[in-house]
Amino acid sequence: MSESPPTTLRLSVNGHTHTVLARHADSLLDVLREQLGLTATKRGCDLGTCGCCLVQVDGEPNLSCLTLAAEVEGQQVISLEGLPDSGRFTPLQDTFAEMGASQCGFCTPGFLLTADAILRDNPTPTRDELRSELSGNLCRCTGFAKILDAIERCASEHRAFRGYADAMRGQA
Amino acid sequence: MSPRISTVGTRMPLVDAHEKVSGRGTFIEDFHFQGMTHARCVRSLHPFAEVLSVDFSDAEKIPGFICGLAPGEPGTARKFGVLPISQDETALPAPYALYSGAIVAAVVCEDEISARKAAALVKVDYQVLKPVLRPKDAMRPTETPLHEVTVGGTNIHKVVEQEFGEVDVAFDGASVTQSGEFVFHGINHGFTEPIGCVAVPEPNGRLSLYSATQVPHYLHMALAKVLEEPMHRIRVYKPLVGGGFGGKSDPFPHEMVASLLARKCGRPVRLMFDRDEVFLNNHGRHPTEYKLSVATAQDGTLLAIDADAEIDGGAWGSFGVVTTYYNGVLTQGPYRMQAFRYAGRRLYTNKPASGAMRGHGAVNARFALETLIDETAEALQIDPFDFREQNALPSNTTTLNQFRITSNGFTECLTQSRKASDWDAKHGKLPTGKGVGLGCGFFISGSGLPIHRTRTPMSTVHLKIDMDGGVTIHSMAADIGQGSDTVLAQCVAEAIGIEMSRCRVLARDSDTAPIDLGSYSSRVTFMAGNAALRAGEAIFRKLQRACSRISGLPAAGFRKGAGETYIHDDDATVRIDFMEALDEALAFNGALISKGVYHAPKLGGTFKGAGAGLSPSYSYQAFVAQVDVDTETGMVRVEKVWAAHDCGKALNLTAVEGQLEGSVHMGIGQALTEEMKYSGGQLINGSLLDYKIPSPLETPEMDILVVESNDPEGPLGAKECGEGALAPIIPAIANAIYDAVGIRMREVPMTPERVLAALDRKAKTDAATASNEAN
Repeated sequence: MSESPPTTLRLSVNGHTHTVLARHADSLLDVLREQLGLTATKRGCDLGTCGCCLVQVDGEPNLSCLTLAAEVEGQQVISLEGLPDSGRFTPLQDTFAEMGASQCGFCTPGFLLTADAILRDNPTPTRDELRSELSGNLCRCTGFAKILDAIERCASEHRAFRGYADAMRGQA
Repeated sequence: MSPRISTVGTRMPLVDAHEKVSGRGTFIEDFHFQGMTHARCVRSLHPFAEVLSVDFSDAEKIPGFICGLAPGEPGTARKFGVLPISQDETALPAPYALYSGAIVAAVVCEDEISARKAAALVKVDYQVLKPVLRPKDAMRPTETPLHEVTVGGTNIHKVVEQEFGEVDVAFDGASVTQSGEFVFHGINHGFTEPIGCVAVPEPNGRLSLYSATQVPHYLHMALAKVLEEPMHRIRVYKPLVGGGFGGKSDPFPHEMVASLLARKCGRPVRLMFDRDEVFLNNHGRHPTEYKLSVATAQDGTLLAIDADAEIDGGAWGSFGVVTTYYNGVLTQGPYRMQAFRYAGRRLYTNKPASGAMRGHGAVNARFALETLIDETAEALQIDPFDFREQNALPSNTTTLNQFRITSNGFTECLTQSRKASDWDAKHGKLPTGKGVGLGCGFFISGSGLPIHRTRTPMSTVHLKIDMDGGVTIHSMAADIGQGSDTVLAQCVAEAIGIEMSRCRVLARDSDTAPIDLGSYSSRVTFMAGNAALRAGEAIFRKLQRACSRISGLPAAGFRKGAGETYIHDDDATVRIDFMEALDEALAFNGALISKGVYHAPKLGGTFKGAGAGLSPSYSYQAFVAQVDVDTETGMVRVEKVWAAHDCGKALNLTAVEGQLEGSVHMGIGQALTEEMKYSGGQLINGSLLDYKIPSPLETPEMDILVVESNDPEGPLGAKECGEGALAPIIPAIANAIYDAVGIRMREVPMTPERVLAALDRKAKTDAATASNEAN
């Protein structure tokens, strides 16, 4: 099996432009974790079945294990490290922590980025809408109850929800 | 005046919650070491085969290849296992590969992609043997048993036979006897973080193993044995662990392989599993065939149960001896009975090993018992709640097999779930297709015996406080997401009378932590929590003496006041701040240190197997499920769950509810969708796409009812809440299905196919009955 040589990619991740040398088959997950050292994005299955690797690409939830790094050139990639530069936490992060929505923590980055995208599009989701939107994220610890509770509380207390992508634009 | 500081019974985040929501917590795959190499395992394609040779010559041509590890190399055939009585695992075949997916060799390369390529090029020459795939076949004598130690030349791993009271007499005198044969398929823990480890040879010649493990101490012991190194030459480091549920509670072959490879190549070796390898590693719930009979008197008194379990252990022993006992003895609650008989057999088969999983050994047996109790109650025309209340074990008693029962909130669990679910308005009264069912439970709050016979305490906690006023808590209790670090901090803060934010838990590193047996058998809150409390109390006594020196009042009279202060019984004007007391205590002394230990009291009888299931306390559950059964498709939807659980005392309500909600979710998975499927010894659904864990859409709303019986020996009254709550939901669903559509499910998971088949059988029986009546 012949293999093409690595090529140079320019990726915008969390508002910073990175030049990386990637093989054609390298997933966005590989590049984030192994090249950029952004390890908040987790590898749970490498098959798009668990949502632990979820990031936002141009504001949309995106499974980084199924995305080639080369596909996202020119797009804005946001991982959990994308916020906050200030060292403070977003309302979603604080509420997840406070309400027990994170137990082992492995699925948490994916849930936070999904929830962020949900609330940006739909600031007052119903419980059923949340269940549906979160059905691509697997949590084996919480039975989802506290995750749903935390997102609902965020939705009710932070009406003018400022998603990660918006906040990134604000920082830039 | 502000009240005394206490977090007990409140809601609060886990101490590491912000580490997790920031994504900055370190899990095993997040470690990088200078010069780190990457290992991949070569796995057997055959359920049973002798490995004749391993050839790395093609693999060596891959650029970046460093070395391989093959059967026959030092250490690879040295036996280990979590239980001293079944040390039957080896790092690599010696020389038999015992299941399809077993590790037969490994390679190390400079990067992971090269390692994958090299692993694919390793040529393994096998002598394929006829596998033992069904437990029934494992009962027969064989020329080639899977392990050296089996029962009488068969593949029987363990036989348990117990009888208490006059079982046959009880059955002869019974008014109602219900019997059933139940089939349970194997399930996997399904934690989100794949298994992995990094073995690091240190410059001083020691070896550090970083591993996603629930049992750092047992891993430490096994490594010492396999590597033939004294324990002090090995360091075990447990990072954040992305869920365990029992699936990271054995020392595993890959941990030995990575360590042997690191020693061989002299560089850090990372070995991470893909998801399919996690399924192949398994050690999940045992596939089981369970036969049960229940004898009851006309007045509804439960007389006796007679159980028989055939347990498919797969390739290795793991916790299986314990599982074999638990399938019997954990039916000894929450009900009184006059007689009890149990026969259990665990069989070795050429499949991925079964092991411990949340609710270990209690779940399948519980399904059988709770289902037959539902049938018995119906036969006697007694409400299922009334039947259970009538037969409930009281507090402060002893079971037939001499379990010591202390705190017991079972009756309160029944009361609360009955009321909350509006049971009396629903049971037998909902329209066809909808129903409610009750399932109850009973589980250990920590195994009362250590796995290795030792006089060392089961949990030890060390504390250090220096002039910064922060408390460092050293422990090897393994937080795997359940919140054990938080329990330790809470107990210490409570004992000293300080804010929890002063506490920092270091529970990761065997070099600094005192021994703790780890996270299994729901033991951490009870045992490590008690050790933490005692360590904190020892510090408090030092501070009392310091307060005495400051005030001239007797030390014993000082107690915890409002805020972080100490006040005195004899003089209301005396108020000494924690930092002032600490400053006095540190003078000429240096940092305060203390130690707390927990060792379970002597429990139980002296008969063979008396140790199995002994616990310093037990948890109790009564759960109601409401379901909707689609008779066209066979789909069962759980609409709502009311879950009452006696956890002794909820130290942190948020964490307790989280454990119960997670248990219910996992139980629904086993009840309806989760199943390890095999074809000819090959696992055919080893992915999270094909192994179906309920998503948020299939997970119902849950009404969590926390019952507090205030255990006399639990730390601040607490006992377990992490495992017992899994078992009752499964029979609750089955009993609700019966209430909805009149079918009794005997096979779990209760998939649409199985529900439709049962509906079909019922339709035929109903038609035959109608026809007979017509004639």
